[in-house]
Amino acid sequence: MVTVLDRNSELRRRAWDAAASVIDPEIPVLTIADLGVLRDVVVEEDRVEVVITPTYSGCPAMNMIALEIEVALERAGFRHAKVRTVLSPAWTTDWMSEEGRRKLRAYGIVPPQAASSRRALFGEQAVACPQCGSDKTELLSEFGSTSCKALWRCTACREPFDYFKCH
Amino acid sequence: MATANIQVSETPLVLYALRRADDALILGHRLSEWCGHAPMLEEDMALSNIALDLIGQARELYTFAARTEGKDNDEDKLAYLRDVRQYRNVLLVEQPNGDFAQTMVRQLFYSAFADLYWRAMVNSGDTTLAAIAARSEKESAYHLRHASEWIIRLGDGTDESHARAQNAIEHLWAFTGEMFAVDDGERALIHAGIAIDPGTLRGRWLTTLSEIIGEATLQLPQNDWMQQGGRSGRHSEHLGHLLSELQSMQRTFPGLAW
Repeated sequence: MVTVLDRNSELRRRAWDAAASVIDPEIPVLTIADLGVLRDVVVEEDRVEVVITPTYSGCPAMNMIALEIEVALERAGFRHAKVRTVLSPAWTTDWMSEEGRRKLRAYGIVPPQAASSRRALFGEQAVACPQCGSDKTELLSEFGSTSCKALWRCTACREPFDYFKCH
Repeated sequence: MATANIQVSETPLVLYALRRADDALILGHRLSEWCGHAPMLEEDMALSNIALDLIGQARELYTFAARTEGKDNDEDKLAYLRDVRQYRNVLLVEQPNGDFAQTMVRQLFYSAFADLYWRAMVNSGDTTLAAIAARSEKESAYHLRHASEWIIRLGDGTDESHARAQNAIEHLWAFTGEMFAVDDGERALIHAGIAIDPGTLRGRWLTTLSEIIGEATLQLPQNDWMQQGGRSGRHSEHLGHLLSELQSMQRTFPGLAW
């Protein structure tokens, strides 16, 4: 009995690692584990179920991510992998890992402000430039290159940059 | 139209979900018509982003409706294989884009409502609807902010932009009442704690609008006569044209997949 449990938890760890390595196709420095999209991995005999939650309602990356998870598990030796999408509890940028925030900043995207609240949605936002660090920045467009980002500009170094919206 | 319409067993909960899904899909489709035509690149992206959010909300609501119905309908069949009389959206969202002011006033009226509506629905007794609401209320808050900024800019802009914004308000006003109406089936869902009563939101909706419209130096109409019909499938002539474009691929090549 103990051996079976150990074998299961070892399998689950391997399946988790494989799923967790999948990259967000629109922000290729983040894995779905960094994003907080990966919620659970369930292994039963030779079947694996990966549970994910969508970020934005209309995010087109989600279909791609589900496909990539199946491919990653197949590569890791799991023949019967299935992805299940759950809506509840709803994803929030608060679930993004510290590691994810660090990688985003290094990539030139300002990470979302922690603790998403309505105040952060509507209040004055202080977003520091990821290039030069100046806080003299301005919002160019609330809607950026993907659903999750807004377009900002630094008035000190004049560089435009993306800000991962607080959600 | 080559393919037959599907039949939907519209229990109160299925009908409830279809109404919200249809609102989101039709407004999302209208906004997508701006793609490549907006006054500037940033706005093109903004309108397409909002369209994407709304179509995403519609997908989740259609999936919920199909699962609740428990037949072999799914999100695609619900979107592509119902005819105009089977659509349950409010008349407001099917109104043509018109000029940019008309698009933005339509968005303001809807988003100011959706923001309040989804925020209240977060407490729905149905966990799936509550989860859809939790995501939608954040998205709606962004949409509302975007529309508000434009209305202020248009109203407090040139004589031309002011006049166009005021015309759009007058033109679309009579379509706003339908958002707050409920029928007996929905009233039962409200009593059961699954839905919330939109009628209770109208006061706050008016307060939000008054602040924005006031700052824009525009005026809300005094006339309170409201047009209805969309919720029961009686639509303006515009929806049929919209659906013929939205559905043409699936009607011509049934079951076509990417």
